[in-house]
Amino acid sequence: MHKFLIRSFVSSLVLLFTLTVAAVAKDVKAAFVYIGPTGDHGWTYQHDVGRKAVEAAGFKTTYVEGVPESADAERVLRQLANSGHDVIFTTSFGYMNPTNKVAKEFPNVKFEHATGYKREHPNVSTYAARFYEGRTILGTIAGTMTKSNVIGYVASFPIPEVIRGINSFTLAAQKVNPNIKTKIVWAFTWYDPGKEAEAAKALIDQGADVIAQHTDSTAIVQIAEKAGVYAFGQASDMDKFAPKAVLTSVENNWGPYYVDRVKAVANGTWNQKDTWHGIGDGMVVISDLDSQMPADLRSKVKKLQADLASGKVHSFTGPIYDQKGNLMVAEGKTADDGMLAGMMTYVKGVEGDIPK
Amino acid sequence: MIKIVKRDQPSRAIFFLTPVLAIFLTLAAGGLIFYILGFKPFEALKFFFIVPIADMYGFSELLLKATPLCLIAIGLSFCFKSNNWNIGAEGQLTFGAIVSGGVALLFYEQEGFYILPIVILAGAIGGMLYASIPAILKTYFNTNEILVSLMLVYVSKLILDYLVVGPWSNPEGFNFPETRQFTDSARLPLLFEGLRIHAGIFLALAAVVISWFVFYKTYLGFQMKVSGFSLKTAKYAGYKGKKMIILVFLISGACAGLAGVGEITGPIGQLHREVSPDYGFTAIIVAFLGRLHPVGIIFASLVVAITYLGAETAQIFMQIPKYTGQVFQGMILFFLLASDYLLFFKFKFIGSKK
Repeated sequence: MHKFLIRSFVSSLVLLFTLTVAAVAKDVKAAFVYIGPTGDHGWTYQHDVGRKAVEAAGFKTTYVEGVPESADAERVLRQLANSGHDVIFTTSFGYMNPTNKVAKEFPNVKFEHATGYKREHPNVSTYAARFYEGRTILGTIAGTMTKSNVIGYVASFPIPEVIRGINSFTLAAQKVNPNIKTKIVWAFTWYDPGKEAEAAKALIDQGADVIAQHTDSTAIVQIAEKAGVYAFGQASDMDKFAPKAVLTSVENNWGPYYVDRVKAVANGTWNQKDTWHGIGDGMVVISDLDSQMPADLRSKVKKLQADLASGKVHSFTGPIYDQKGNLMVAEGKTADDGMLAGMMTYVKGVEGDIPK
Repeated sequence: MIKIVKRDQPSRAIFFLTPVLAIFLTLAAGGLIFYILGFKPFEALKFFFIVPIADMYGFSELLLKATPLCLIAIGLSFCFKSNNWNIGAEGQLTFGAIVSGGVALLFYEQEGFYILPIVILAGAIGGMLYASIPAILKTYFNTNEILVSLMLVYVSKLILDYLVVGPWSNPEGFNFPETRQFTDSARLPLLFEGLRIHAGIFLALAAVVISWFVFYKTYLGFQMKVSGFSLKTAKYAGYKGKKMIILVFLISGACAGLAGVGEITGPIGQLHREVSPDYGFTAIIVAFLGRLHPVGIIFASLVVAITYLGAETAQIFMQIPKYTGQVFQGMILFFLLASDYLLFFKFKFIGSKK
């Protein structure tokens, strides 16, 4: 009797073990937490495109949209971790502390936080894209296409990510056209079509004939279309919203990374990482180049794109000077990731001060 | 034949029944919307209103969510009862959070039992200061308090943006828009291990008791009531209107400020750009759904709180867009206002004769 009990106990344990292993390998479920609506055609939209790629790869996914970065984020994360999700992607900076807090309570669930820097537990990874590489392309196009030599730039918040973009854009524009000036309007929002439109109008009134943006709505390209100036799409290909104005877009392409990471969870090979991918890894994608651009510019851009991808060209190659003329990066050197991550000074040629 | 007849007097029973009617109509309309969207209505309503609070954790989250709503709505009812339309509780909450957060940052990495009371007091004072602006402008310069209080909401958010991006941003935080984490001595204690419900709930309960006492047992409460019915009568009775206006705004501001303290020293633990998901505005719905009555407000805050939680659960388990939560909040207010028609009118059934 005893033996029988022990035997059946052991065999059921083995069975249970195989079942769990099989279950883990097959039914990996991924969850995504979004700051905005999936229909914003910007930041959240692109993350959702990435999520659909995960679905297409055969995994189940769940998403929650419009999760504020307030006390609510933690509850949503805990609920997702509690309801059978194996990996959770938190796609906004403000989820950083809640992500790490919930990760501590659920060591078996993997957490992937976008654009943050805290990895307090072994089950937390961070990822971000080198969007500044895309802005090097945009700057090259803007510097060539402008006639007024004034380029407008609608910025969101004065954080390194945005300053880095402005600098990378301006440096590239200066390279093809030393006379250009970049005028910045701070919208203090990531997504507010009304405010973004006003900012774009203000820049056009100041003589800008090319508008770049680091906010997410399609309002700016639509204003540019009406005013007859050029613009660039942000996050997704915005050509269909303003076919004449949009010269190209910088697309956030999260799909390959998401599929890769979810597969890693399924195979049991997931490990903690800090990922910062650019054009070379396909996380930053340049949309089709508009035919309004001269053919030689288009081929130049194609080459630049290939060189950025291969690492032959770096967006921040010296000599780079700040607004006061102090040397930031010496000739022949490139800015390292540490400098890029904390960049809080404008390069020469950007007008105005960073709001403090 | 049905005839609509004006009531001689607003019905008291209907006064307290219409909120319940509004909730039922909202559920029915919500079910219909789910049906049209292609979801099973009863299953969707179950995920919306029952699943989120089916366990202890969910119930604690409900209380956590209802606490700021209740606190702010209690404060607002002081204003609304006396005909003062303070729409800017969100701004008073934000400013309260700024002041108390600033004080909490001063005590960075310090310990002591005295820190938390100072931080809480600072939040109440911050809220009061911010509410005093529309109050003083109304009493001495005859400005419209609706506009002033509402516009100050956006000002407060810009101040918060400025502080967390600039001077108060975490020196070790790579210039991201957030402050340092507060010291534990500046955090409201948790009531149960593993749950997020914190001592801030006692502030809300205290506000409920005190407001009930003031409304129904004091001269101030009577003054507010009279002013609410008719400003002319209040004037005729010789009430000093200015003092009362400023007082109700200060009380309202203090409550909103305390709600802000509850968020940042409770679950959040730092200042960043998004301290409140518009509690100050949602609390207006709560105040009216609760009929400006302290006990009514408790129930109303729980009902509205669950629309937030339900929206999350419904999206996770049924892929229903989370924004339906806001649709529910809007519908509750809409049906409440619509059913208020019954306060003043009644249906009379008349036998039809040929």
